[in-house]
Amino acid sequence: MIAVRDGTLPVLKPFRLGTASLPAFRLRARHGAFIAVALFLFIGIGDAQAGPAAAASILATLLKWTPLLARGFALDIAMSFLAMAIGTVAGVVVGLGLISLRAPVRGLAWIVTQLFRNAPWLVMLFYCMLLLPFEVRVGGATIPLPDWLKATFGLGLPVMANVAELVRGAVRSIPFGQWEASEALAFTRWQTLRMVILPQCIKRMTPPWMNLYSILVAAMPLTSVVGVSESMTLVGDVLSAENRSELLVPMYLYLLLWFFAYCYPIARLTVALERRFQVR
Amino acid sequence: MASSAPTPTAKWTPDQPLIRIRDVHKSFGPNVVLGGVTFDVMKGEVICLIGPSGAGKSTLLRCVNALVPIDRGSILVEGQEVHDPMLDKLALRRKVGMVFQQYNLFPHRTALDNIMMAPRHVLKRDRHEVETLARALMRKVRLEGKEDFYPGELSGGQQQRVAIARSLAMQPDVMLFDEVTAALDPETVKEVLVTIRELVEDGMTCMIVTHEMGFAREVANQVYFTDRGVVVEHGPPAEFFTNSRDPRTRQFLSQIL
Repeated sequence: MIAVRDGTLPVLKPFRLGTASLPAFRLRARHGAFIAVALFLFIGIGDAQAGPAAAASILATLLKWTPLLARGFALDIAMSFLAMAIGTVAGVVVGLGLISLRAPVRGLAWIVTQLFRNAPWLVMLFYCMLLLPFEVRVGGATIPLPDWLKATFGLGLPVMANVAELVRGAVRSIPFGQWEASEALAFTRWQTLRMVILPQCIKRMTPPWMNLYSILVAAMPLTSVVGVSESMTLVGDVLSAENRSELLVPMYLYLLLWFFAYCYPIARLTVALERRFQVR
Repeated sequence: MASSAPTPTAKWTPDQPLIRIRDVHKSFGPNVVLGGVTFDVMKGEVICLIGPSGAGKSTLLRCVNALVPIDRGSILVEGQEVHDPMLDKLALRRKVGMVFQQYNLFPHRTALDNIMMAPRHVLKRDRHEVETLARALMRKVRLEGKEDFYPGELSGGQQQRVAIARSLAMQPDVMLFDEVTAALDPETVKEVLVTIRELVEDGMTCMIVTHEMGFAREVANQVYFTDRGVVVEHGPPAEFFTNSRDPRTRQFLSQIL
């Protein structure tokens, strides 16, 4: 037995599959409260600084532009759903490749995972925008690929890599006895995965998967950099249209509040699910 | 690693041993876990393996149904060589049932589902036929009424009995029990042992690794004492527990009994 003098353990503490593979993203109600307070504070300051009543109040301006922002935000949400869907399906396939018995398959899956997990999302977005064609000729028809679709695909790549890691981690966290029992009952490997292992993995993967979605939503404004006309782009457009400097901070805080209002319930649900799915 | 000759397709008959273990060696790295084990199990016989804790006994069971490959030696199950790279593992495991110390039930399926899964998906039998069989097995292990319970809702002894029923559903020719009562509290040990004894009385061939000496004395035809990977002594329980010859055996028995 290794003698321990400095209080450190000679072994690692038990590892619990949770949000360990992604940065912790704990939203609290107080964060939303801060944003809202900051918003109204800046509205107040801005209104005080503004000239006589010729210009409309900031609050009124925000409300005026809300329908437009809502459309932009809706595009953000739609893109996030699509990116998550594409990424999850692809990620499960790559994840199964990561646990394959065949070394070449495992190796290829590993390369794909490491490549897209360790690259900056914005860089991958740029690659997709530039490398994917603006239209695709399939059979006789010509299908245009709009910017937002290319951006969605671009963001699906890091989702795919992270989901693959989640799948691999979840499969490895299933007790070995489950594999032994399945083998002893003469299940093939694929039957074992399909009927015994993967169903148990779904529960374990759900909280970190929802966390990944939260992070993805917060990353949607990246697409404004590559030219997609979503909420961030529209805020910029509105600000240049209004051309009032006191509108700058309140407008961005307003957008922040929108994102918070969407992500916070997801975060709460994730925490509730984690508690319910406590891995015994 | 592999035996050089292909497996002869000799027809097995019940007068030959059901399981024939010859000079089996297994090491995990530098650890020699099995250092030359040889014995036979005839059809209908009950063999109890006892001995100090160490991986040998459980490993031997796992070698018999090819969960663990052996380094050297031969294991014939109904004439089929296990230590053969061309072995049809699934065909072997249909004949050999195994029950584990940790039950290893599938927690996301009900007790009845656990029992039904293998016959339906491996043997590809009809759903209704399998359900009837499964319910009969639940009755046999005295768990009628608990069919729709999940493993997490059952006690340890009940889970172990479901595990036994699950293995029986494949209608194996031999059952392997790997210290199945070691993880149970004393009150529930008895219900599992009664279940196993009933199986034995029905004529099932069994290899049982156990620490329950009283049980071994009751049901075994032969008791094998293994220590550090070799069979030290063996014999029918009457002789074995009263007149053991080897000093190691006597020391072990004096600690246990």
